[in-house]
Amino acid sequence: MDTSLILVLLLSPFLGFLFNVFLGKKAGKSIVGIVGTLSVVVSFAVTIYFFLQINQTKQAIEINLFEWISIQRFKINFGLLLDQLSLIWLLFVTGIGALIHLYSISYMHDDEKMHSFFAYLNLFIFFMITLVIGSNLLVMFIGWEGVGLCSYLLIGFWYKNQDFNDAAKKAFIMNRIGDLGFLIGIFIVGSLFNTLDFTSLKTIITTATDINDFWIALAALALFIGASGKSAQIPLYTWLPDAMAGPTPVSALIHAATMVTAGIFMITRLNFLFDMAPSVQNIIAVIGAVTSLVAATIALTQTDIKKVLAYSTVSQLGLMFLALGLGAYEVAVFHVITHAFFKACLFLGSGSVIHGLNGEQDMRKMGGLKKAMPITFITMLIASLAISGIFPLAGFWSKDEILMTAFHHNPTLWVISSIASIMTAFYMFRLMYLTFFKTFRGTEEQEHHLHESPSLITFPLIVLAILSFIGGIISLPGNSWLNNYLSPLLSKIVHEEHSMGATEYTLMAIATIGAIAGIIIARIKYIKQNTIPCEDAEITGVSKVLYNKYYVDEIYDAVFVKPVNFLSNFFRDTVETTLSAMVFGLGKATNELAFQGKKLQNGSIGFYLFAFVIGVCAILTYFYYQNNF
Amino acid sequence: MENILNQIGIENYIFLSVILFCIGVFGVLYRRNAIIVFMSIEIMLNAVNLLFVAFSTYHQDAQGQVFVFFSMAVAAAEVAVGLAILVSVFRNLGTIDVGNLKNLKG
Repeated sequence: MDTSLILVLLLSPFLGFLFNVFLGKKAGKSIVGIVGTLSVVVSFAVTIYFFLQINQTKQAIEINLFEWISIQRFKINFGLLLDQLSLIWLLFVTGIGALIHLYSISYMHDDEKMHSFFAYLNLFIFFMITLVIGSNLLVMFIGWEGVGLCSYLLIGFWYKNQDFNDAAKKAFIMNRIGDLGFLIGIFIVGSLFNTLDFTSLKTIITTATDINDFWIALAALALFIGASGKSAQIPLYTWLPDAMAGPTPVSALIHAATMVTAGIFMITRLNFLFDMAPSVQNIIAVIGAVTSLVAATIALTQTDIKKVLAYSTVSQLGLMFLALGLGAYEVAVFHVITHAFFKACLFLGSGSVIHGLNGEQDMRKMGGLKKAMPITFITMLIASLAISGIFPLAGFWSKDEILMTAFHHNPTLWVISSIASIMTAFYMFRLMYLTFFKTFRGTEEQEHHLHESPSLITFPLIVLAILSFIGGIISLPGNSWLNNYLSPLLSKIVHEEHSMGATEYTLMAIATIGAIAGIIIARIKYIKQNTIPCEDAEITGVSKVLYNKYYVDEIYDAVFVKPVNFLSNFFRDTVETTLSAMVFGLGKATNELAFQGKKLQNGSIGFYLFAFVIGVCAILTYFYYQNNF
Repeated sequence: MENILNQIGIENYIFLSVILFCIGVFGVLYRRNAIIVFMSIEIMLNAVNLLFVAFSTYHQDAQGQVFVFFSMAVAAAEVAVGLAILVSVFRNLGTIDVGNLKNLKG
């Protein structure tokens, strides 16, 4: 029973993919949308069933479909594991996935390749489910690579634009760098413990006494590199902002709510391994904090509405990694969930705006959309308040827990992450003010067409806004349902260490005041002073550096891309030419020899005989002299 | 038998045979007429036969002479085949000049 239900959960999106790929074009757009969405809804329903079940039994379900690889003592099963962690991930992957499919029906309706869009989305959900419910590292790796592939396909969905293709390739290559780290991590773990199975790994690592610290740390570091590629951390974060080239539902689903959290999922899944490597945990915490700050500063000056959200995502992921590095896995998971709600809502909202403006993404050409798009405005406002960390919305609770954990471990990290979250409030409201307030700055034709998006677009927005509002209840301080729920998986629940005292309330107050201050600054600048970000050429000073993203892309281009290009050009133009000259030279020499030799065979018998006689004479002379001297 | 060899030394037979053989070789190399080429080949063959016979006498061994019979028989067969080929060549090309037989040219 369980086995077949799990297979339904896993294969339903895959069947949707097959249908949309092979029959989608014939079936027509409405059927494509319905099949694509339903296949995810089925997965969501099954997930809810298992979720309710595990809430009562507290027993993880593990099934082995078949033996996949078997080399003497080293065996890998194709196994699936449904435990508390994978189920909570599945809930928002399939839940938000279903909402975004619903949204896409309307959003992509005018696109001629709608069937392949839904096919890719379904395939993505299938691989994401594989990633989440794999019971060992290798099955997880299949999903890991699969979501990377789908991300590539969807970023480059409008492949006729070369910039979008480049963005897709960039995302894929950056991810490959991380994937190499992940793969090396898997190899080290496999050779250390002779198994890749999560359950047995946990048993071995928590009970063993003679563990080599160095190799464990190396494995953890390699796995973290994998995670930082997928979850866009320094130094591999530059692909995520470019990935906004894809259609907006893709940005919401893959590059905000689900795929980019895969790194956090993997580290949480292997929390017992990372607990054994404190040095790597420190690296993770520092990188997370720095990423959150750097990305937040870049987001301050961006003018493309989706780029702001993209850098905001990088920044929030940084905060999650900060929590992971501090060993507060349940806090990171909490922020992943609330972030999935409000960031998906923000992206879908921005998609609604872009849809209403016929593809305009530049905030300098928006403004005053409040009246025309009230539902989009209100839902995005709620999500913005949530991400800014305003009481009592979801983001307040999760961000506050991260800040609190940081404060208890290392005040410096707390300062960095607090500054990042104050900036979050500022740039989010900068976005809101520029988009929805004051007067419209676009063309008259656009103004004429302004309209609220259809209900298929607003319905997911409303659901996600409600979730962003109330999402915090799953882990209120002091009485956290999430912590209890995850406790079987985590060796220690950090949050329980600090009870709610005066310090905690002070920290909450500071965080809230900071967020409100950020909002007020944005209000003064963009409402009172009515500032509008100037054109690209006029930007100067610090903001120019920020607007150009610290020139990181340019630096990478100079440090990595150019030398690699130079090297490959060198190999192509010099080494390969030399090698082929040698190989072709041999062939040519043989050919030439044969060509000259051909002239001997002139068909004249007299000549042949003459050669024959000469030859015989030569042989005889040779023997004669050999025998006599 | 001994008398003959006593009267004329074995080396004279060898010289004659070598001269005959060389005449044959040069005949093959320099003449263009296929029939003369054939005759030159026969001269070479007979030079060798002569050598066989001479040494057979010198060694008092009849085997060499037996061998010559064989070689004569083979030569006769070869001439028959060779002449047949020549007739056929003449019918096809209208000449038996070996310089014209160049169809094997690569």
